[in-house]
Amino acid sequence: MASRDDIKFLSNPTIGQQKKKYCRFKKYGIKYIDYKDPDFLLQFVNEQGKILPRRITGNSLKYQRKVSASIKRARHLAMMPYVGDLLK
Amino acid sequence: MRNHEVTFIVDPVLSGDEIKATAQAYADLIKKEGAQIVHTDEMGLRQLAYPINRRTSGVYYCIEFQSDTGAFIPKMELSFRRDERIMRFLTVSLDKYGIKYNVDKRDGKIGKAKKRVSKAAAAAQAKKAAQTKAAPKPAPKPPAPKKAATPPPPVAKSEEE
Repeated sequence: MASRDDIKFLSNPTIGQQKKKYCRFKKYGIKYIDYKDPDFLLQFVNEQGKILPRRITGNSLKYQRKVSASIKRARHLAMMPYVGDLLK
Repeated sequence: MRNHEVTFIVDPVLSGDEIKATAQAYADLIKKEGAQIVHTDEMGLRQLAYPINRRTSGVYYCIEFQSDTGAFIPKMELSFRRDERIMRFLTVSLDKYGIKYNVDKRDGKIGKAKKRVSKAAAAAQAKKAAQTKAAPKPAPKPPAPKKAATPPPPVAKSEEE
């Protein structure tokens, strides 16, 4: 008699379900995003230096706007590249 | 009363004294216009993310100041534009969270785990800056072992970086 543990799934059932996205600024109470901190802002760009969309970062709209403003300021001050390759 | 923050990049080709004098001149200008300087942050020599006027590094300064109206800011920006020692500048007004962030940053409260890495990098960068400063200014020679060798060509810096 096969028990519950013997049941084999055709595909791994944990693969399909992704973790719930969250806004890290809301979760950790970060209120100000510093444009002079390129190491932090690097988390919100892809390896070409493009700003990642909310659908990937999970930021709330309020903080996504602040992130993008900070990244643009950092770019102006040559702390982050406008275009890059292999940033990460 | 509003707090503003102006960040600017000074040309690194100038001598150390000239760079300091440039920053001091703008600090004096801000003071003269009746604004209080909250803090002056010398961020030091940093690599630029992309070349500006064929320079690959710059000396960053950040001055936070408090002023009633901020009416002199366009005037200050005009003098930044006319000054060829300044490569870039950016003036932003700070909201209450920005002011708090800057206070916390000065007290060393911000970013313990994350900052440790960047601080080490900053220390390494400062060391490098000190090295280049120690070397004769027109021809800085970053690699230490080469010091005994013949004087490097004057274009060494731009090629290096």
